[in-house]
Parts: sequence; structure tokens; C-alpha cells
Amino acid sequence: MKIPDNLLYTKEHEWVLINGKKAKMGITDFAQEHLGDVTYVEPPDDNKAVKQFEMVTTIESVKAASDVYAPLSGKVTQFNSSLEASPELINKSPYEDGWIALIELSDESEKKNLMNKSQYEEYVTKLSTRE
Amino acid sequence: MKLIFEKSVAGRRGVTLPRPDVPKRAIIDGKYTRKDAAPLPEVSELDVVRHFTNLSRRNFSVDTNFYPLGSCTMKYNPKFTEAIAGFPGFTELHPLTSHLGQAAMLVQGALEVLYYIEQLLAEITGMKEMTTEPLAGAHGELTGIMLIAAYHRDKGNKKRFVIVPDSSHGTNPATAAIAGYEIISVPTGKNGCMDMESYKAKLGKEVAAVMLTCPNTLGIFNTDIKEVAELAHRYDALMYYDGANLNAMLGKCRPGDVGFDVVHLNLHKTFSTPHGGGGPGAGPVGVSGKLVDYLPVPKVVRNDNGTYALSEKKPKSIGRIAPFYGNFAVLLKAYAYIMLLGREGLITASERAVLNANYCLAKLKDVYELPFERTCMHEFVISASRQLKHGIRAIDIAKFLIDRDIHPPTVYFPLIVKEALMVEPTETETKETLDRFVEVMREAAKLAEDDPEILKNAPTNMPVSRLDEARAARELNCSHI
Amino acid sequence: MSNYYTPHTEDDIKSMLDTIGVGSIEELFKDIKGELRPKSFNIPEGKSELEVLTHFNRLAFNNCAGIVKFLGAGFYDHYIPSVVDMLSGRSEFYTAYTPYQPECSQGTLQAIYEYQSAICALTGMEVANASLYEGGTALYEAAMLSSRLKNRNKIVVDSGVNPIYRQMLHTYTQNLSMDFVEISVSHGRSTRSDMLKYIDDKTACVILQNPNFFGAIDDHSDIIDKAHSHGALAVESVYPISLGLLKTPAEMGADIVTGEGQSMGMPLSFGGPYLGFMAVKKELARKIPGRIAGATLDTKGKRGFVLTLQTREQHIRREKATSNICSNEALCALRAVIYLSVLGKEGIRELARLNHDKAEYAKEKIAKIKGVEVKRSSPTFNEFTVLLPKNAFNVTEGLIKNNFLAGLPLGRYYKGMDNYLLVAVTEKRTKQEIDGFAEALGKAL
Repeated sequence: MKIPDNLLYTKEHEWVLINGKKAKMGITDFAQEHLGDVTYVEPPDDNKAVKQFEMVTTIESVKAASDVYAPLSGKVTQFNSSLEASPELINKSPYEDGWIALIELSDESEKKNLMNKSQYEEYVTKLSTRE
Repeated sequence: MKLIFEKSVAGRRGVTLPRPDVPKRAIIDGKYTRKDAAPLPEVSELDVVRHFTNLSRRNFSVDTNFYPLGSCTMKYNPKFTEAIAGFPGFTELHPLTSHLGQAAMLVQGALEVLYYIEQLLAEITGMKEMTTEPLAGAHGELTGIMLIAAYHRDKGNKKRFVIVPDSSHGTNPATAAIAGYEIISVPTGKNGCMDMESYKAKLGKEVAAVMLTCPNTLGIFNTDIKEVAELAHRYDALMYYDGANLNAMLGKCRPGDVGFDVVHLNLHKTFSTPHGGGGPGAGPVGVSGKLVDYLPVPKVVRNDNGTYALSEKKPKSIGRIAPFYGNFAVLLKAYAYIMLLGREGLITASERAVLNANYCLAKLKDVYELPFERTCMHEFVISASRQLKHGIRAIDIAKFLIDRDIHPPTVYFPLIVKEALMVEPTETETKETLDRFVEVMREAAKLAEDDPEILKNAPTNMPVSRLDEARAARELNCSHI
Repeated sequence: MSNYYTPHTEDDIKSMLDTIGVGSIEELFKDIKGELRPKSFNIPEGKSELEVLTHFNRLAFNNCAGIVKFLGAGFYDHYIPSVVDMLSGRSEFYTAYTPYQPECSQGTLQAIYEYQSAICALTGMEVANASLYEGGTALYEAAMLSSRLKNRNKIVVDSGVNPIYRQMLHTYTQNLSMDFVEISVSHGRSTRSDMLKYIDDKTACVILQNPNFFGAIDDHSDIIDKAHSHGALAVESVYPISLGLLKTPAEMGADIVTGEGQSMGMPLSFGGPYLGFMAVKKELARKIPGRIAGATLDTKGKRGFVLTLQTREQHIRREKATSNICSNEALCALRAVIYLSVLGKEGIRELARLNHDKAEYAKEKIAKIKGVEVKRSSPTFNEFTVLLPKNAFNVTEGLIKNNFLAGLPLGRYYKGMDNYLLVAVTEKRTKQEIDGFAEALGKAL
């Protein structure tokens, strides 16, 4: 399972790449593996305002539907439109081609509520052993 | 197999219509008519007969296969009830007949059916009154929750929440949400029933209702049931009984006696009306005295002179939840079934259903994981977690059963048990059938260790092998047109 | 023998109890303590099959079902070809359940796929679901879908929509904050000025019916355009047989189409089981309630069918599901697809034509009766309203003696229409019956 070290993570298994006021987000390798074959990603409304840890969109796999939460507050400025035709990108490339949305951040200080690579790694290991 | 549309040849006909015996009229103004004819198939009657007969042979069914699908009560459906539902005296009856002058006299037989099925179901469940209107179990649930909402509205109660255990059928939270309530989920305790401490902590004066299935989806009878109800009633929260599992309870325990205020039944489960490949069902709802005033209209009443009538005089009624009186033909079949079995027959049904389930459980619990070690009621849940160590999941075992001509149990439900297999043999199966099922289940467990590939590749004897469900959802194709 | 359908012998029971390790069946119920046992269970003793059949024969005989029907009001006395009963009566279909395991349910799944295709063929829409309970609940689901999708709660309803369905809409939404605006009908059809006035940016959808409850045919394109210009959806409730001839809801631009499918091979059976159908534009596919069968491939590349888009449904989404529905009316959908298959492309047109022609003939006959007025302000399909010189309810009572169900007296559902009668004429009504009916109606006045 891949966990890149340049990203920050949420407990609900989203990742975020912060670049100044802008951020790119998606779901982690761990999350896509648990979901199974992704069949659909609901495009969020244009310019949808989101709060940290509130729902941005929903991902559907064959037998599950999971909410995706915003790692940080802000405004959704772009949805990865290639997911409309190829939702499987989430499975194939969760951190690159399978990114979900771009968010224009309203409060960068919220970063403190997220995990870094080693914290997330530990978190996921704990989850897996509990299973 | 080709689609009926793919068998179409222009100019072919499959039916004779009544001969036109009136003069042809000018066609309707073109601005109101369709541009092209509806592209329905053009096939002969024999084409249609052969097509659907062959399609039917690609189905497992109770009449052809053992069908231990948990929570669905796939028991044998007696044939005489079909004959009754087919009497022209019933099939040709227009539901609005009674809206004409004095025409209630034309439908006395049908009204008598509705009147008595209500009486019988009320006695079976211990409820004060019933409505036959709901058209399916989930529809009954919605009706029940709407009755509860009407009660609270009428009393001026401010209620926001509905409590459901995490083992519940998905319809319970879905129904409560659709009726405008928020859901509180209560975890399952070590005994397989709703955790009482957690339940007590979550109860409060904003709780509108507690929805339970009893026995629950693990097939376990909740021995705390009376306490659950008493606690709920302290907050004027009403008790909702999901009747999906009533087949274990006939003559053994009545929801009305243990404190439930609303009950929905699935006539296609307990009362043996055919499931029809997914419907039609029927979901009559029974209520305690608190809710009688809110029942839907119209209501069948018996006049002093012994005749029957439909009454809409219920000022507090929630109104109409179906156009008429429910799925009448289904109600007829259930009534006929109850009449034939009678008191002892119904009790025997539950006893044998519980006997059959416990027998299968006893013969499987050494090879499959049993999440809760208790006597089960009419169904039980085992887990394929031991087989998972060999890479075999519940779905693989299910597919292997198909190759052995057995319809699989319900898989992956309830959600709280990993790799769940939920088995409900029903009372109408012989010991020989159960023995064979057990044998095949044990064979699967052994193959999981010895030759898991056989399980992973199953089924191989069917018209199709495993289907790509991801593709179906990604590239939606749900019409040939 | 107390239960004919339980096959256990004494020996079976004994050996099974031994295996389980208990001494009696009653021991299996030990969790149900005395205080939880039934206070009563007064169900009559069982009967033989013959006795039960005799009982129901008597009850069926107490219904005057064979009476000649000019009564419709959304539920019609159509001819059902024998193959419909024969084929849908195959127990491989009717004793199966929801096709959760597709490999052993291809019969049901393919039949549903074909049914969905046939509904698309009739309505012109792109996606149909596997069916809903009946027409009224289908309409309610359409309203809920619109409200959820648009995040709006105003619904504009034409009062030409079946009044029974409108009552149901009110029942279902009384615990929700829905704002219904009902627009009254003028000259038997949708009142354009009011319709256009009340559709605004708060409107989730407009609900229309064609032919409407009075049998009048309309082209709702203008109303639908107006709804779209305000970002609202258009819901059209239709009578499937009429679509053999009439402009399709898709041609008018409707987003959601619903209807009662009883006329496609279901007997009247005093109200059910019937068949609700729903079809939508492709972009709404993921929002539609109920089951959907979809085509896919198996591991060897062979076509097969599965239930698809299941993530919308209650068993996965629980409280976030699009609806609480967990079944469809599969057997009724099967009847409908068999019915539509034997009719075929030409048959459905001919059938619609026959209904229309017979109704027109009946109109002429009835119009000749002194003091009776047949409303002709708009074209109709197979049903029309008649203004009588006296109370219609009382007139229908008289005609029962002549073995006619004369139609629906409209006063019960529409204020000020006590003297109006809604008359339906299907292909089953012969010229002789129509002539006899007109004569009897004339005498009854």
C-alpha cells in the first residue's frame, strides 16, 4: 500500500496536496482498496463551499457508496472530469490520475488537524490489526 | 439467449384483437400523435411462448430448487391459492365499483375478504386493528412510520429521532429518513441483541420510535424485548415491529402482547404468497389502540345487518397510502392459506421452521464460524471468516452452491457480521433436502482448504459465469431501445 | 395432520432433535418466557383444500364482477391474451425472489431488462426502472426525486392528474415541508395561464397527466418548456395503451414519466396487484428509485444481466437511500412485457386506435340522448365526460339493474361536478353493448 510523503491525510482516508492557497484532493490507496471497483464519482456542484471534514461528494463501487469528506475548508473550483468516463482511475492511480477535486482554501491553519505520512501509516496499521 | 427484441421481424404478429365493429374514425390531430410507432418487438405468439418459457428455465425458484435465502422466507407456495385468486369473481372486479350508486352490494364478497383478513392478522399479531392498504413490506414500514408521525403531531410531541439497531434491515433507517426523521443506530451487544446500556443512553424525549425485528436479523429472539418497550414508552416513543421474521413467532409470541404499537407483515413471507421474482408482495400494518384513529382510509366496516361497506369517516386518518385496498389478490391468497392451516397449522409452521434452522445450524457450526452461540429461531447467521484465511469469501461459497443446484443463502447481511451467510430453510423442506444442503456446505468448507480454485471459478453449470457488476454500473445499459 | 405443507415424520423430528441436542421442539423456544407468550391465538381450526375452495367460490359469487364496464378512471377493463396468464404462471418465475444471485436468475433479469426496454419504447425515454408498486406511488417517487435533486420543495400539480394520486401525494408528504400548488382545469384541460404563472424558480417539478383524468388529450410541450426555463423538472403521468397513438412524453420534453401499468395485462382484481412504471432521461438514471436490470458480460465475455446501480438502494445506503423501496412488481412487469410482446409494434397502435374509435362511437350515441351533453372542448382518447340532467351518482345506481357500470360520477372528487359522469370505452366493449348502454342511459334519465 502506497502512502506518499508529500501529502496530508484525514481519518476518513482522503489525501490532500497543498500548494499555497490551492489544494488537490483524492482518496488514499487504502480507501480505494477497501471500496473495490469504483463505478461512479458524483460531480460536486460548481463552486461548492465546503467545511473541513464535511461531505464533498460520494464515490460508488459495486456494492458500497461512500461519502468523501473535505480535508480542508474552502471552495471546490474543479472536479476531475476524467472520472466521469473513467471512474476506475481511482483504483488505478489514487494519488495521481485519480485525484477528485481542486479546492481553493479559506483557512490554511486547518492543516494542523491532518495527519502526515507517518501518522497516517500508524493509523492505518492500527485499523488493519483491529480487523 | 437473444432478447425478444432481437427476434423481431417486421410484419410478424402475436395476437388477435377484437374485430372493429364500429366505423373507423378520423385519426386524432397530428399534433397530439406520436411521430414513429413504438418500437416493440414484432414476433409470433409461438416466438413469445418459446422465448419466455426458455427464460423461465434460467431461473432458480422454490418449485425447482432449495432456496434458503435468509430473511426472505422462501417456503413452498400452495397452488390452490393461485386458483382462488384467479376466480373471475375476483379478477374482473373494478376497484372503483363501490363509488357508484349502491354498488357496494356488488362487491360484498371482496369486502368480506378484506374484513376477515384484517381480523385474522390482528389476532395473529395481537394488534388492535389492521390496514391492508400497504403494497409491500417496505411500504408497510413507511405507513407505520407515518402513523407514528401522525400520533406525535396530534399530541404536539416534538420528536426528531428514530432508534434502530445496527443489525436492522436497511429499509428501517431508509424508511424513517424518508418520513423526515434522523436515525440513531444502536450497536449489537455480546448476546447478539441490541446493547441495552447503549440503548438506554440513547433514549430520550426526542425519540419518536424504536424499530425492531424480532427475532432479529441474526435469528435471535430478544429476551429483553418487554423492557425495551417499557423504556421507550416512558418517553412516549412508540415501538415498531418489522414483521419480516414473523415466521418464527406464530402462536409463540405476539408483538401486540409485548408492547409493540405498530407491526408490518410481509404476506409473501410468513403467509406463503409467491414472491414473484421480487413482487408483488403485500405489507398489511397492525396498530395498538394508540394509533387506531390515524389508520389510512378507506376502511372496511361491517354494518349491523351483516353487510360490508367502505368508510372514509376518519377525521384523523393519514389519508390514502395506496389507490385502493392493497394488493387484493395477494391478500386473498394469504387469507386462503391461513384458513387452510388454521390455528394448529400456523403454530406447526413456526415450530418446524425453527426445527429446520436449528438442525442445519447444529450440523454446520463445527466448520463455519458462528458469531453468536445461541439457539436460533427460524434462521441463523454463520460467517465464512475461517474460509477467508484460504482466500475464500462468502460469495464464493454462494456461487458454489449454485453449481450444486441450491440457491445461496443471503450473503453479506447483516452488515455487522463479516462474510455473513444467512440461512433460512423454512418449514416446508424435508430432512433429506436439509441433509444435502449441509453436505454441500461442508464440501465447500473442505474445498476452501483443499482446492479453493473450484470455489472461485464457480458457477460453471449456469447459462452465464460470474458477471462483471462493475462494468454494468460504469457503462449503464438498461434498455435495448 | 395440522399442516399439510410440513413434511416431517415422527422419526425425522426425533432424529433432528437428537442432532440439535434438545428433548423437544418447545425447548427451542425457551428464550420466549411465559410472560411473553400470546394472551390469545383464536384462529379457527384448519380446513381441507376443498372446503376452502368452496368458501372462496361463495365469496367470488357474491361479487357481480361480470357486469359490463364503462368505468375506468385510470384502471381499465382491457382484454388479456391467454399467453399472459400461461407464461407468467410458470412457477420458475413466480416462486423465485429478487434476483440477488444473477447466475441463477437470468430468466427474471432478462425479462426485467426486456420490460425496461419495452417501457422505453412506449414512452420514448432512455432509462426505465424495474417497476414500482403502482401508478400513485410512482408519481410520489417522481415528486420526491425532483425535490431532492433540485433542493426545492414547491410542486405544481395539474388537477387533471388522477385525484386519487393527488390524495396520495398529500398523505405521503404531510410530515415533510412540501408546498403543493394545484392548478384547476378549464374546458377539460390544463389552464395555461395559471400553469405558467405558478411555475417559478422555487418549483421542483410540475406534475401533469396525459390523457388527463377527464380523458382529454393535450400537448404539454409549452408547460414543460416553461418548467425547464425555471430549472424545474417536468413529470408526466401517462396511460400506456394510449401511447400506441399519442405523442410520447419524451417528444414533449418530459424528464420523468410515470404511470399505472395495470392496462398492460393485469386483471382489475379489486385494486391490485398493479404495476407502477417510471422512466427518465439518461442524466437522471442514478437518481431513480427502485431496482434496475443492466446488461454486462460474464468472465468469458458472454452477455448476461444483473441488478445494477444498487448503491442507490436501501440495503446499501440505509438512511441515505433514494427511496425505501426494496422490491419491484416483477411478476406484473413480466406480464406487461409478455403483453407488449404479443401486441408488438403494430398491435399496440391498432389497439389504441380501436379504443379511440369505440369511444368516439359511444360519444356519438350518448350525445343523441335528449338532455345529455358530451363535452367536446378537447379531443379525448378512450374516456370522456358526460353532463347529465341530474345527479350522476343516482343515475349509475339505476343502470346497475341493466347490468352496466356506467362510469365514475365525478362529484366525489370535483366540486360542482355532481351531474358529470366519466365514461370509459375499451376494445372489449362491443357495438351492441355500447348501443344497449346508450339506450339504458336514455331511459334512466
